[in-house]
This record gives sequence, C-alpha cells and structure tokens, in this order.
Amino acid sequence: MIDNRPSRRIIAHAVLIFGVLIVAFPIYYTFVASTHSLQTILRPPLPLIPGSHFLENYTTALFGGIDRIGGVGVDRLLWNSTVVAVLIAVGKIFISILSAYAVVFFRFPFRMTFFWLIFITLMLPVEVRILPTYKVMVDFGLIDTYAGLTLPLMASATATLLFRQFFMTIPGELVEAARVDGAGPWRFFWDILLPLSKTNIAALFVIQFIYGWTQYLWPLLVTNRNDMGTIVIALRKMISFADADTEWHLVMVTCILAILPPILVVVLMQRWFVRGLVETEK
Amino acid sequence: MATVDLKDIRKIYPGGFEAVKKVDLAIKDGALCVLVGPSGCGKSTLLRMIAGLETITEGEILIDGREVNELGPAERDIAMVFQNYALYPHMSVYDNMAYGLRNRRMAKPEIDKRVREAAATLELDHLLTRRPRELSGGQRQRVAMGRAIVRSPKVFLFDEPLSNLDAKLRGQMRVEIKNLQRSLGVTSVYVTHDQLEAMTLADVLVVMNAGNVEQIGAPLDIYEKPATLFVASFIGAPPMNLLPLKRGEGRAALADGTEIGGKGLSLSREAATLGIRPENLVLAAADGADGLDATFDIVVRAIEPVGAESFVYGDAGKTRLVVRVAGKTIVEPGAHMRIGASAADLHIFDEAGKRI
Repeated sequence: MIDNRPSRRIIAHAVLIFGVLIVAFPIYYTFVASTHSLQTILRPPLPLIPGSHFLENYTTALFGGIDRIGGVGVDRLLWNSTVVAVLIAVGKIFISILSAYAVVFFRFPFRMTFFWLIFITLMLPVEVRILPTYKVMVDFGLIDTYAGLTLPLMASATATLLFRQFFMTIPGELVEAARVDGAGPWRFFWDILLPLSKTNIAALFVIQFIYGWTQYLWPLLVTNRNDMGTIVIALRKMISFADADTEWHLVMVTCILAILPPILVVVLMQRWFVRGLVETEK
Repeated sequence: MATVDLKDIRKIYPGGFEAVKKVDLAIKDGALCVLVGPSGCGKSTLLRMIAGLETITEGEILIDGREVNELGPAERDIAMVFQNYALYPHMSVYDNMAYGLRNRRMAKPEIDKRVREAAATLELDHLLTRRPRELSGGQRQRVAMGRAIVRSPKVFLFDEPLSNLDAKLRGQMRVEIKNLQRSLGVTSVYVTHDQLEAMTLADVLVVMNAGNVEQIGAPLDIYEKPATLFVASFIGAPPMNLLPLKRGEGRAALADGTEIGGKGLSLSREAATLGIRPENLVLAAADGADGLDATFDIVVRAIEPVGAESFVYGDAGKTRLVVRVAGKTIVEPGAHMRIGASAADLHIFDEAGKRI
C-alpha cells in the first residue's frame, strides 16, 4: 500500500482534489451568492467569484434582514439550533453511555432482552415513529419547547451500541482490579470508564451535534412559533414559492451562518474526533 | 499478616461444570503457597474465590480466622496482582498505586508516604509520573506489585504474574517476588502453570488437576515423593520416566515384555507404573556389581546437550526413557547403554495412579 512513485502520488492527489472540489464547491458557490446583490443572483449565470456586496448583505442579514423575512432574529435562530444540537448530543451520550454500562457490566434478569429492545429501535428511524411521537408530545404539552424539540431524538441505539462495543474491549482484569481497589460501580464508572471513553465521547459529540443541528422534519413538526424554530427551519421558511419574492442574497447569508457553528465544532474537536474514530486509549 | 483457610471449597459454574472439587487447604501466616497445575485445573478459580471475585458454591474461606464468604473483594483486605497487570491506562504510576488508598479515604500525606516507600522498594521512583503504556513489561509488573504493597493487606494474591514476561526477566522477577514476600512477611497465594516457578517460590506447593488437589507439601518433598502419577509427570523437567509394568514370572517386567535387569523388582499386583527421574538413572556395570535394583538395556535414539548436562533419549525395548548425564557425553545415536537406578529412587504407582 505504501508506494511513493510519483505517478501514484499524482493520481492519489488528483482523486483527493476532485473529492474536495465536489464537496466544497456548493459551499463556495453559496458563499459567492451571499456576496452578490439580489439582482445579480436573479439574472443567471451567477459569477464564479465573490461580488462586492459582502458587507452590505451580511449587515442587512445580521441586523434586521432575517427578522423582517422570518419574524425572528438570526441570533435567536442560532441560539435555538445550538441549544437543540447540544441537548441532543449531550442527552444521547448521557443516556447511551449509561445504558451500555448497564448492559455490559451488570448481570440482571432479561439483560439481553433489554439490549435487543434497544437494538431493534435501530430499525425504527424518527420518520417511522413520527406520528405516535408527535401525539405524545402534544399530550405532554411539549409543542414549541426545547424538550419537545430534543427528547424524542435523544434515545439512540447507535450510540449505545458504540459504547457497548467499546466497553466490551475493556479487559475483565481491569474491572476486577478496580473491585479489589475498593471502587464500587459508580466509582468505577466515574474514575475509570469515563476517562477511558473520552475520545469516544468526543467523536460521538461531534457526530451527534451535527445530527442535531441538521434536523429538519422533527423541528418542522413540533414547532409552530417562529421564535422556537431552528435555523434550518427558518431557512426553509425564508424561501417563498414565488421566486421573485425570495431574497436569495439573504437566504445565502443565512446558509453560510448556519454552517459556521458545525464547522467550528468539527475544527475545534478534530484532534479528539479523529483519535476517537481510529484508536482507543489503552 | 494472616492465615488463610479453605474448608471443603467447591465451585460449580451455572452450566454445571465443577471447576473446584472439595479443596481443603490451610496456609500458615507468612507462607507463600503456590497453586500449580495445567490450564483448566481450577487453580485460578480457587484464587479468585479467595479474592472474592468468584462466588463460592460450597465450603468456607477464612482469612485470619474470619469467614469472608460473603465479603466483597475490597472488604477482604487482600491485594491481587493480575496476569496482564490490569493497570489503569489513563492514570500515572503514582495514581495507579494511590487509587486503592484513596478509595479507602486514607489521608493524603499517608498515601504519599506509602506510595513513595513502595516506589523506592521497587525502584520506580523516577517513573511515578509516567503512564503504564510508556513502561516496559517488567516495569508494569513492578507497578502492579506496588499497587498491592501500598495497601499492606493481609494476603497477597498472584494470578500468573510472570507469564507475560520474557524468560530472563521472569527469572529476575521471580527472585524479586520471593525476596519481597520474605521481607514483608505477607501470606501469599500464587498461581502458576510453570512448575519451575512453583518449585522455586513455594513454601507450600499445591498441585492441582481437574479440580482436585493432588498433593500438598514442601516443593522438595513433592519432588522426591510424588503422591500420584499426575504429580510425578507434572513436577520435574524433563518429566519423570513412567514405565508401565506387569507382574511377569517371579519378577516384574516392562509391559512390552522387556526384562528388567539388576536385583529386580517383585510386584504384588497385575500391573503398575514405574517412575524414575532422569537424573536417578546411572550407567550400570555390565557384571551387575553396581548393586542397582533395576537396570535397562537401551538403544540411544537422540542426545540433547544443554551444556552443564545432557539428556540421552533411548528405548528399552519399546519403552522410551530419558537419562540425565552430567557434562558432555560422547554417546552416539544407535549406541547401546546399560542404565539403572537403586530402589530408593524408584516410584511405583498403582492402576489408579496412587503411589505404593
């Protein structure tokens, strides 16, 4: 596999650059669009280089523009999205690490039954259980609340499974050594399991944050008030069906603003994220 | 410091497998008791029952005269050294040793004092801030020992602690463990499958097979008077020669019909097994003037020179034999030799494997 012949390297780089272009070009084009005036955008073709309306568009969008279209400020939308994404990520990690801990390290009746119950929920994505879930949320009065936005998305078989697989690689002797050292179940979890899982937790946080951030269908259903909408929902609402009414330059600005926080999370946690995916600290 | 008493201990796993069958064992205060046997003989299960990591199906375990059957591992005042060291990978050497003490809510200065003392004893002073993965196998082994020492428990439990080290380091650590155990005077139970380790370390040696205790005794007593065929074949390297016997006419012969020379043996039963250690076989004089009780004519098959000694492999009739010869030998394969042993060095076992 390790081959340093120039021709191979050129091909490898060509493939990589091609891949990056495919992924990055739409984002770049969105950015380009966000720096042109509405008139330029509506008169195709759209130029490939950024225009001169950068400051103007972003100032308008940040100070009242988005408010005017959607009825709620961009700061509120970003805040909503952040709260939702963080709650979902933290909630998922919290629930799944505890359930994986129970399933792997404790012997109780119907242990495997519980495990399989969690496991089969993998086959039921949000979309399948959306009606009953919605009914439950309505009955609990959780429409237009952060709880309503996040609770149904928290339970996660994937994360439970991931933690379970990781916990199973922890040698039994380590558990026994902790028992001999006088660490009860809670101390063992806190002092040993959690520090050993931190790369996994970081990786999961990044994945789940983005999962929460990009949720579309569920927030659309469970929020009615504009001020409880996430930025993704607001984006959708900003696009009206009559093309001429859509202020595309502001929509593009909102798009750019919407992808900044996930990028920030990935960049900041990249080191941990990669380590969590490729190695386990042992 | 304490005694350890096992009374009629049994372990039956939920599947019905009986790992330990009625083990009775009393370990004196300060003694190093080694449990030895092939894998699956129940020695580790027994150790883990003493540690409290395994439930006891039947019987009683007493540490320092107190029944501990229902106590958890942390309440039994024991410390255990595991085969794979089981160090906490995310903690420094210092924290690894201090962790058990912190869980016991010991005062910080006392913890610090104990950890530093143990580190000094084990020559780990300069490694206290390192993580386990930055250490060599031998150093990890020391940290695992240190973790046991700082607790100053009543009993040390060792679960094959040296099996992950290379041969040279193993010999070195063996001596260190022995010295440490002597100087601390802590009652210890040590599990190993390596009979050399067992022989050199033990004050009391317990040979186990298939869940049973085959023999308990001082290592050399066991070596000189193995109680069963299993012990005879398990203790000693190369293993004892075991020759099937039959009664024959007047005097016993090998089961394949080969005669036994010398003064000869008589056998009161139909069949038995004769055991002779390789080092007890000596060259016999052709005229029988050596006074040996049993002699064999062998054809040399192979020679293994080890340096200080050589092992000669040969056939007496169809029965294979190993002879230990001091120094170098000049025997060639195919040569004929007459070897023998005196009655004191003959071990005879009945059909059930019991010593006669």
